[in-house]
Amino acid sequence: MKCRKCGATAVINMRQHRLSLCQDHFLEWVPQQVQRAIEHFRMFAPDEKVLVAVSGGKDSLSLWDILLRLGYAADGLYIHLGIPDGGYSDVSQQKVERFAAERGAKFLVVNVAAEYGMSTPEVSRRKPGRSTCGTCGLVKRHIMNQVAYEGGYAVLATGHNLDDEAAVLFQNVLHWATGYLARQAPVLPSTHPKLVRKVKPLIRLYEREMAAYALLRGIDYIYEECPYSRGATTLFYKELLNQLEERSPGAKQMFYLSFLQAREEGRLLPAEAGEVELGECQRCGQPTSVPDLCAFCRLWEGAVIGQGPQEAEEQ
Amino acid sequence: MKIIYRDKVWELKGNITVRDAIKKVGLQPEAVLAMRDGKLITDDVIAKPDDTIRLIAVVSGG
Ligand code: SF4
Ligand SMILES: [Zn+2]
Ligand SMILES: [Zn+2]
Repeated sequence: MKCRKCGATAVINMRQHRLSLCQDHFLEWVPQQVQRAIEHFRMFAPDEKVLVAVSGGKDSLSLWDILLRLGYAADGLYIHLGIPDGGYSDVSQQKVERFAAERGAKFLVVNVAAEYGMSTPEVSRRKPGRSTCGTCGLVKRHIMNQVAYEGGYAVLATGHNLDDEAAVLFQNVLHWATGYLARQAPVLPSTHPKLVRKVKPLIRLYEREMAAYALLRGIDYIYEECPYSRGATTLFYKELLNQLEERSPGAKQMFYLSFLQAREEGRLLPAEAGEVELGECQRCGQPTSVPDLCAFCRLWEGAVIGQGPQEAEEQ
Repeated sequence: MKIIYRDKVWELKGNITVRDAIKKVGLQPEAVLAMRDGKLITDDVIAKPDDTIRLIAVVSGG
């Protein structure tokens, strides 16, 4: 197969776009797609400071790489969750460190165990009703927002790709979870002065394209999945969608992008359906929809003697 | 040709496209990338009997 732009040997064929490209043209095309998404969804302006949540995986590192290539002021945030299995969190952090060092990019690290006295799996074990991933998601969301807010970042960017979003959409539709559907957007605007806008600049790109991008850019990412990966369900939905994609190229894209369009045009749910009144947590001051303590602070309540989030913050 | 994916190896006969090879070993073309001699290739490439194709899972990370 030949590159549509220059006729050289193609390295990738994207059936949904009827487009095959050589290495150089593919590496040019991907950032263009990201830039288009940033503009189309009004994610952020060229002069806004962006904090990229990086896990050491292909998507977030590639996103960071792309934003830097596009000339954005993008810093990284790595949250060391303390996942011990095979040094998963340590190895991931090394990948992020190397990536940043190679590019002279600035990044911040929050080590959950050092900061709060317990690793994420440890604190999760104290709440039997909750999965590790559920706790982990809560911990990450809290820390990301706090760091972004305190660091004066205009926006927090995550590396969700189209396959990730389509799988979540599929799950939400199976449950007709209208609350989640209302909030599943490429841009989550700030609805509270201490809540930083969240964006997903990779939503036009397939997982396969992101893996190819990371490979071709020589980005050394963590290939193994997190040992706690809730994987099973999400992976299964991704497989189902890929089966559909195989039958009819572009089906995944159609499923997700037409959802966004319907949502944008108010054809799905009333616009305010997803909005909740937010107060401030009495302990950490972050926005919360429940009174007194936010879910994050309740998680650590009584967990750490003498070293709560409050002290950690002041360090 | 030899197909390698994670810790699995398959031996396939005949000249077939990489796409057909991927399906033959029970994987989804959309879920993998194919590499030959360390280079990414499109899946319409016809693999020769002495080729080694390494498949990379596109899903990874947490
Ligand atoms: S798979 Fe679960 S535990 Fe692992 S990083 Fe993701 S959310 Fe956290
Ligand atoms: Zn080209
Ligand atoms: Zn709190």
